Order: sequence, then C-alpha cells, then structure tokens
Amino acid sequence: MSEKIVRVANGQGFWGDSPLGPVRLVREGPLDYLTMDYLAEVTMSILQKLKSRDPAKGYATDFVKTLERILPEVVEKNIKVIANAGGVNPRACQEAVLETIRKAGYSGVKVGIVSGDDILDRLDELIASGEPLKNMDDGRPLSEVRNRVLSANVYIGAEPIVEALSKGAQIVIAGRCTDPALVSAPLIHEFGWSFSDHAKLAAGTVAGHIVECGAQCTGGNFTDWRSVPDMARIGYPVIEARADGTFDVTKHPETGGLVTVESVSSQLVYEMGDPKNYITPDVVADFSTIQLEQVEPDRVRVSGIQGRKRTETLKVSISYSQGYKAVGQLVVAGPDAEAKARLCADIIWKRLSLDGVEFPAADRLVELVGSGVCFDGIAKAPEHLSEVALRIGVRSPNRADVDRFGMELAPLVTSGPPGVTGFAGGRPKATEIVSYWPALVNREKVQTQVIIEES
Amino acid sequence: MATVPLSKIAYSRSGDKGDGSNVGVIARRPEFYDVLLDELTAERVKKHFSRICRGKVERFEVPNLHALNFLLHDSLGGGGSESLKSDAQGKTHGLGLLMMEVEVPDALLGE
Repeated sequence: MSEKIVRVANGQGFWGDSPLGPVRLVREGPLDYLTMDYLAEVTMSILQKLKSRDPAKGYATDFVKTLERILPEVVEKNIKVIANAGGVNPRACQEAVLETIRKAGYSGVKVGIVSGDDILDRLDELIASGEPLKNMDDGRPLSEVRNRVLSANVYIGAEPIVEALSKGAQIVIAGRCTDPALVSAPLIHEFGWSFSDHAKLAAGTVAGHIVECGAQCTGGNFTDWRSVPDMARIGYPVIEARADGTFDVTKHPETGGLVTVESVSSQLVYEMGDPKNYITPDVVADFSTIQLEQVEPDRVRVSGIQGRKRTETLKVSISYSQGYKAVGQLVVAGPDAEAKARLCADIIWKRLSLDGVEFPAADRLVELVGSGVCFDGIAKAPEHLSEVALRIGVRSPNRADVDRFGMELAPLVTSGPPGVTGFAGGRPKATEIVSYWPALVNREKVQTQVIIEES
Repeated sequence: MATVPLSKIAYSRSGDKGDGSNVGVIARRPEFYDVLLDELTAERVKKHFSRICRGKVERFEVPNLHALNFLLHDSLGGGGSESLKSDAQGKTHGLGLLMMEVEVPDALLGE
C-alpha cells in the first residue's frame, strides 16, 4: 500500500488576490483541500462597518462568487474548501453559500462555520473580568481608545476547523482564524495528529505559512524575477503532506512560476519575527529547525520541524479609528519637472493656509515618485527627470480639513507651473484611518462554536 | 576582498510588521552566510536605512536557511492604514538592503 498523501493548496493569498488562483487549482491538477485567505486587520473594521449598516453583511462576498465558479469541480472531485471568509458574520456567509449551492442544484453539501472569535460586544465584560487588553507594543490600556474601537477579534487556531471537518463539513467558513490554521487543520484531521504533538502541529503551521500568501512561494515577488518562467500563468502552491509531518511544496504540472529552495525560503522569512518563536494559537513553531531540499524540479521537501507547547494566551486584533487621511497624485512633466513638482506642493500648503487650514509637518507627505522615494538615503536620485508623479497627502482628526486639502490639487493644472497633468479620478476624499491594537487574552475566556448545515 | 552589492551574494524579501518592517536576507550559497553575519550588523543596517527607519533595528540569525532576519522598527510612517507613504508596507525594503555594498573574499566570488 502506498503512503497516504494529503494535498492542500492555497488559492487566495489575501482579499483581492486573482480570481484565477482557486479556479486553476481545482482544474489543473489533483487536490484534496483548497484554502483561501481573505482577512487582514483593516478588513475586519470594514466588515464590521458593513454589518452595522446591514445585518446580512460583514463577510467576504468574493468568496461566495469564487465558490459559485468552482462548485462543479469541488463537488465532482470532492474537494474540501476552507476559508476565513466569514469575517465578522460567518452565519450570513454560511447562508449565502448554502443558497448558492442550492441554486446550482447540489443537495447534501455540508457547510460548517466557526464563530466565537468576534469579541467586539464582549470587550467591556472582558475588561471587567480582569483582561486589560493592553497594547502589546507599548503597554497602554485599551481604555485609552475604547470609544474609538471598530472591531475586535481573537485569532483562533485549528481546533474548531478540525471539529467542523470531523463532523463532515465539505466547506468550512471561519472568522478571524490564523492563516496557517487553514492548512494545518486538514492535516491534523486527516492524519489524526494530537494537539499535544508539537512537532506535527509546528509542521502544519510551517506548511500553512509557506502557502498563506499564494504565489509568493512559487516565484511571485522573487528577487531573481528574470529566472521565473511564465509568470502570467504562475501556479499557486500545493502542499503534499505525509503522516510523519514532512511535506513537499509543489504546484500543478505545466503551470508557470517555480518552486525552489530559494523561492520557499524567501517566503519562510516573510513576516518573520523571532525565528525560534513563531507563536500561533496551537503551537510555538521553531523556524530554526526547518530543513529544505530540492528533490525534483518544482518540488521542495520540508522536514525536521520542531515546536513547543502553545501559550496560555491568544492574540487579539483590535482596530480603532485614528482620524482621516487623503492622498492625491498629479503628473508634472517637462524641463525641471522636480522643481515644478516641489513648487506645486508648496502652493498647495500656502493656499490651504490662506484659507485657515494647516497640517503639522508630521501629518503631511510629499513624494516625487520617480525620484527614488522608496530608497531615500540609499540610492542616488536620478538626474534630470523628464516627469515625476507628485504624490501628496495629509492626515488629521478633522475630516473637513482633509476634504478641504483634496480641493487644491486640480487647480494647479490652470494656476500652477506648466506641464501639470494626470489629474484623474476626481478630488481625493477623506478616508478613515484604521489603527491596529494588538493585545492578548486568556484563552479560557474565549469559546468557539461550530455549526454545520446542509444544502 | 572585493566590494560588491549585496544582491550579488543574497536575495531578500520584506513586508510590514506592525509599524515596522521585516527584511529577510538569504545567502545565495551556504558559504556566503558567514559574509552576511560579518557584514550585515544591526548597526550597519540601521545606518543604511537611516532615512527610512526611525526606530531600532533587531537582527535574528536563521542558520538553517543561511538567512538573517531584520526587524526595522518604526519604518513605515505609521502602522495600520495610518501611513501616507507609497510603500506603506515596506515591500521595497528588501530591495533597498540588496543595494548595500559588502566586502566579500575574492576566493568566495571566483569560479
């Protein structure tokens, strides 16, 4: 009997990733599980706002559209789908998904949701029970920004996803679970790994970390980009895992991109902090134990991974409102483009000042895009640019001031130096600044629920 | 000794981490790892990013991947959606580090 292999692919690195990722993954090669990642800190606050206006919203609607597209393959090939598309309203997402499946004519498909991560309505209760939810970076108590909080979610691990799978769910929709849990959960479920087997949990976590940004481990955003074949048809990553906790990173045959020790290690260091302490709700993974080996073209074997017992706390992601900002852009072309662009910026500040609107220097930004703004102090600015993009922005607690700023860009076309163009898309408008408040909470104060329904 | 851009002996990736960025640098060949250890001190990296990174620079060693990981604190012009910068997520910091000039023994470069 051949060894059991479980194939898990990630088709969506973030909300906004190409719709082709999941579509091509289910069509172009074998797959047991398809995962999709939709949530970022800022996303949670946007979803919370949508839900407050309409109780049927607050989840990743793109997920439902994608699922509709891939449903025939998912059902025919019995592919299981796991996504954190539930946002702050997994129940509504579940209903939308069930409706989509019924409309397509498939009955008996089980759709599970994981909830309990959303603690926005429990914040005061948690604070009163002795959880100060202090800012992990600077130790401030949450009370300082309590009235400006927009969303609050606990990072959930693999356990409730495993529970949903063991209850027969073909589609599992989570809220704010960690990205790697989407991948480690099916491996724990399939191989029956114990939640006290730290090495296996760490292996699942590392597998999840490698694929969580989609094509970033298969040649996307790779330093040696010229060596990456057929980037337009880049293959999204597939994990082929074995019961012993070793796994291969690969991609479907005849897709673009590449899987090499270099492409995988590039992704391993992405978003890395202390490599020995990669803390998740399930385990503390030790990235300094990872061994990589190129076993075939486009196939890297990952082994040796160790981990330690999970922490007593869970991480909480709280977002809060921090005022408003607007950024606009003009193209300034012709001789002395840079000098003219700088003059344009000065004119904007002076005209705002004439109207009584001032922004402190720390809350203003002027970038001459094309002159090396990304490498300030590192690379010499090129000389005599024939054109630059003037990117100019402000932030302020006062929304009206930010909108007033937006009115002074277009006038430069007719009342500034010559060669000002590229003003499209209307006035830049104030958008809310969402700041991030990382905190910890005792894991015993958080209970997750799993609900399964059938189409 | 030869002076070469870091890109000659390493590749990199970077992204946001709170109000700072992380920059991972990986040696192109195992034998270049010692060069990274010697040349890429936290102090030198901080100086290299002096106009971008306003906080401290922390360095972690990842010998199994022949890699170093740097945390560049306060380098994004604010965390979350606070920043006004083009590169509010530090996506280009990895390429910025590869522009650093490093000293490499001739014997390691020649082949």
